Amino acid sequence: MLKKITDVARVIRSKNCSPFELTLDIIFEKTSIYEKVKQGNLINAKVIAEAYGIDEAMINGIVYFEPAHAVKINLPRPVPSGAPGDTDVYGAQQHAPLLKLKLQV
Amino acid sequence: MGEIMTRKKEFRVLSPTAILGYGFPEESFNRGLELMPDLIAVDAGSVDPGPYYLGAGKSFTDRAGVKRDLRFMLKAACRLDIPLVIGSAGGSGARPHVEWCREIIEEIAVEESLHFKMGIIYADISKEIVTEALHENWIEAIHGVPELTVETIEKAECIVAQMGVEPIQDALKTGCQVVLAGRAYDPSVFAALPIMMGFAPGLALHMGKILECAAIAATPGSGSDSVMGIVREDHFELVPLNPIRKFTKESTAAHTLYEKSDPYHLPGPGGMLNLKDVRFEEYPDGRVRIYGSQFEPSVQNMVKLEGAEKIGFRTISIAGVRDPIMINQIDSIIETIQTNTMQTLKSEKIEASLHFHIYGKNGIMGGLEPEKDAPTHELCIVIEAVAPEQKSADSACSIARSTMLHYGYPNRIATAGNLAFPFSPSDIKAGEVYVFSIYHLMRIGDEPLFKSEIIEL
Repeated sequence: MLKKITDVARVIRSKNCSPFELTLDIIFEKTSIYEKVKQGNLINAKVIAEAYGIDEAMINGIVYFEPAHAVKINLPRPVPSGAPGDTDVYGAQQHAPLLKLKLQV
Repeated sequence: MGEIMTRKKEFRVLSPTAILGYGFPEESFNRGLELMPDLIAVDAGSVDPGPYYLGAGKSFTDRAGVKRDLRFMLKAACRLDIPLVIGSAGGSGARPHVEWCREIIEEIAVEESLHFKMGIIYADISKEIVTEALHENWIEAIHGVPELTVETIEKAECIVAQMGVEPIQDALKTGCQVVLAGRAYDPSVFAALPIMMGFAPGLALHMGKILECAAIAATPGSGSDSVMGIVREDHFELVPLNPIRKFTKESTAAHTLYEKSDPYHLPGPGGMLNLKDVRFEEYPDGRVRIYGSQFEPSVQNMVKLEGAEKIGFRTISIAGVRDPIMINQIDSIIETIQTNTMQTLKSEKIEASLHFHIYGKNGIMGGLEPEKDAPTHELCIVIEAVAPEQKSADSACSIARSTMLHYGYPNRIATAGNLAFPFSPSDIKAGEVYVFSIYHLMRIGDEPLFKSEIIEL
């Protein structure tokens, strides 16, 4: 069944993991949903690249983390934290495109 | 302090707050004291607020808040005769930040008639050491960071290294009741003493990783509430100190992800925390026990360097746009304003760079914004000028702002002015601008890297 990600995830967030890199976390409500997402590799570089309108090669890594039934995506920051032209020093508001995703779970 | 060196199969660490100065309810802190902690430890720092604070030597936390928090902690540590360890003092943990925090501690000691021995550990690394390491090929750029050059080292305002547990242990071994450390790997301040007492480094460091954010890892989370961690032989336990919060498997596991690029492998000074086999178990009263956290010592001892470079001064102007004819062509208008302003600056021999933050369009995500054409009825524009001199930044901002205010864009009907300013003056001097110029790993030898001193208060 195609579901809105906001109906199956309880946390969707972004944050700097360094002044040069962003990390996006999606934490699923239930283990069963997490398993389906992981088995089907539903959160992959293509999906993220399309959501952000960026090149797949820009994605630094996608890690599934079982203990939190979560998936983590790392992206380079377009501008390092706090440098001229930066838009989000903490990187805490870069998650919004994920909220539009739909998952076949 | 002699007593804790010889006793018991568990070690209790009280973490009063996520960042020194963020505060905590007195009741939570007191509940923690009733559980007879062996250590009070607090992380005071972060790179989150950006490069300014490290470069300018200023704290991002409020002095009154830091003093309030420290007063509780110092009095409790002296009363219970247990150590208090403060890491990344003053936010960025360079010498000015450490001195700032030291002054606050000295004030409290006088005001409260407290007497103790304090170890102060500086995290500043001289440019000579870093340059030598660069020549020895001992410097490694962290993912996404440009390679280090001698020029970058020379231009750095200051360079700090994140210390591990050893410098803190050295200070504790001399009998210091209070350890005031400069920039430190966040878990170090919580883990140094339990590791010294013989508890497993993997458990102590993983516990430190969670305690450094205090109640953020509980549910509901909070950056300004106290929690306790108890490390035992084969696990550690997290204990909430406020009845409205509890730790759950989910809240604790979720926190392990927070701000990390790889939740299974967390590198730090001296080695890597491996969480492949970690297991979370829930216990009554909102407690969680964590098993299986492993520490893998590294072959090469590395520290993480952080440095900031001053690149100039900033002036900004904030303005709104409500005219739909203008909003519809904002991209081309901005492009023209940028070109025209840069031409004017060039002819007047003013060196500056300009950035336009367009809120309502892509002000928050910039190049990562996928919704490029979403309709909006108003925009907020922040004009940002950065230049080597404050007066050049002022001029650049002023020229861009006035050019934009009266620019006759195609099909314009409103000819009185294009911008709504919320403030007079419209332009704001934002002062010095720094960038993170160094964020690299440095291999270290056997000789102590961190300078320290011991004082009696």
